[in-house]
Amino acid sequence: MTSVPESIEQVFRREHGRIIASLIRACGDFDLAEDALQDAFVQALDRWTEHGVPDNPAAWLTTAARARAIDRLRRARRGAEKEASLSELTTPDEGVLAMLDQGHDSSLEDDRLRLIFTCCHPALNLEAQVALTLRTLGGLSTTEIARAFLVPEPTMGQRLVRAKHKIRAARIPYQTPPEHLLAERLTAVLAVVYLIFNEGYAASAGDDLIRRDLCGEAIRLGRLLTALMPQEPEALGLLALLLLHDARRGARISTAGVPVLLEAQDRASWDQAAIEEGSALVERALRMRRPGPYQVQAAIAALHAQAATPEQTDWPQIAALYSVLASFSPSPVVELNRAAAVAMAYGAEFGLALIDRPMVAGALDQYRWLHTTRGELLRRLARWEEAAAAYTRALQLSDNTAERAFVTQQLAAIRTAAGEER
Amino acid sequence: MRYLLLIYGNEQTAAAKSAEAQAAEMDAWWKYTADLQQSGQYLAGEALQPIATATTVRLANGRALVADGPFAETKEQLGGYYLIDVPNLDAAIAWAGKMPNLPDGGSVEIRPIMEFESPAS
Repeated sequence: MTSVPESIEQVFRREHGRIIASLIRACGDFDLAEDALQDAFVQALDRWTEHGVPDNPAAWLTTAARARAIDRLRRARRGAEKEASLSELTTPDEGVLAMLDQGHDSSLEDDRLRLIFTCCHPALNLEAQVALTLRTLGGLSTTEIARAFLVPEPTMGQRLVRAKHKIRAARIPYQTPPEHLLAERLTAVLAVVYLIFNEGYAASAGDDLIRRDLCGEAIRLGRLLTALMPQEPEALGLLALLLLHDARRGARISTAGVPVLLEAQDRASWDQAAIEEGSALVERALRMRRPGPYQVQAAIAALHAQAATPEQTDWPQIAALYSVLASFSPSPVVELNRAAAVAMAYGAEFGLALIDRPMVAGALDQYRWLHTTRGELLRRLARWEEAAAAYTRALQLSDNTAERAFVTQQLAAIRTAAGEER
Repeated sequence: MRYLLLIYGNEQTAAAKSAEAQAAEMDAWWKYTADLQQSGQYLAGEALQPIATATTVRLANGRALVADGPFAETKEQLGGYYLIDVPNLDAAIAWAGKMPNLPDGGSVEIRPIMEFESPAS
């Protein structure tokens, strides 16, 4: 049996998004909704310890939070009446009170889509979108978000306050976007979830747990999006991509903290359940015949994950998928990845030819992965001096200890190989 | 909710246009204004004379200091405005997105109007 505080914690994390979304719709105010829910949690802690956890804790919390919101509005109104002789201050809308009083269980209605689209509205800056999404839908505290994004807590607090103020002052609507805006706005939502995942993915073992858990948080958000919008193939594609990346999370860094190349990873340690789920999601998404960049990236990740050995990787297919990806979102980095796949499928010299074009090598001169990829292809072609030069350049550009150790190791191997040849 | 749409553009780009292009642009502005008025969401709107006609007033040592300008080194100048009344920011963004200065690289700044409670009588 779980203890009461533990249950509350679980309910909090699981139901926060749903409850807060319905409260915001009812009272039209992020701050009031948050305060009321906080009150309700304090109340729950007291009551549940004594009487046990109710059958439907989420419904209990929603009802309690609604009552607390009404209390807060009434108190604000009484305060206002006292000063009414001085000036006629804003009083809470009767309609709001009535709506809160109705008590119909709108916790059954899902307002989380409205909430996601509001949090990820393009009129808010990206950092604010991320923070607000984690705060409201993820139920993370300001302290946790600040720690996860490595910024001081007051900075994160300010960011959230400003975002909520802008939503109110500029009247960012609390709604699912109309059809003609949906695609564009959905792209913004997916980008926020992907960014949250990547922050967690970039975290190392030494980092705070909350930072590492951003991956799990992003996957939870991805699941929510696919549950709320099952007909959006890009939402499915994103969730698939996250699952497939996450499946390899443990294998990509050695116990010494050095990054392990895909071909050297211990494939037995990959999370097979996540790979199966991710692969099935990609297939389901692609069957909808509305391909997009997340679906294509997920398809590439699935091909990597499904190969039992590096040699069995379907490189021609991956190279072809990178061409498709380049057609959706052309960028030098996509071209670099395509070149690496082409090198694997058809030979290092073909990959190198694709890299040594101005649009790739020229644009990415400051990007260390360009130089490690070039170095690797030159090594395979036994062009030792050029390979060493490329890795040396990569070393100059890296400030990450683990990465530097890896590149140094590659350099040593090249020098040994070059020496043996002489 | 009322929003002010502030219209920014490069005056030089506009001045460098051919007479036909300028006439076409004016037609686009008349049409835009007419559409806005027909929607019932138009409250006010004006175009401004070029920035060369601007005068700035500041207080210096307690006295109003008048100067020619501003001559801030900005690429875009404020060229006009519309005041609209729409349900929310998305509706304001929709009007801003159709503004005829955008194809020339201009921009529109959307500012919500601050509402004050009227003082008690």
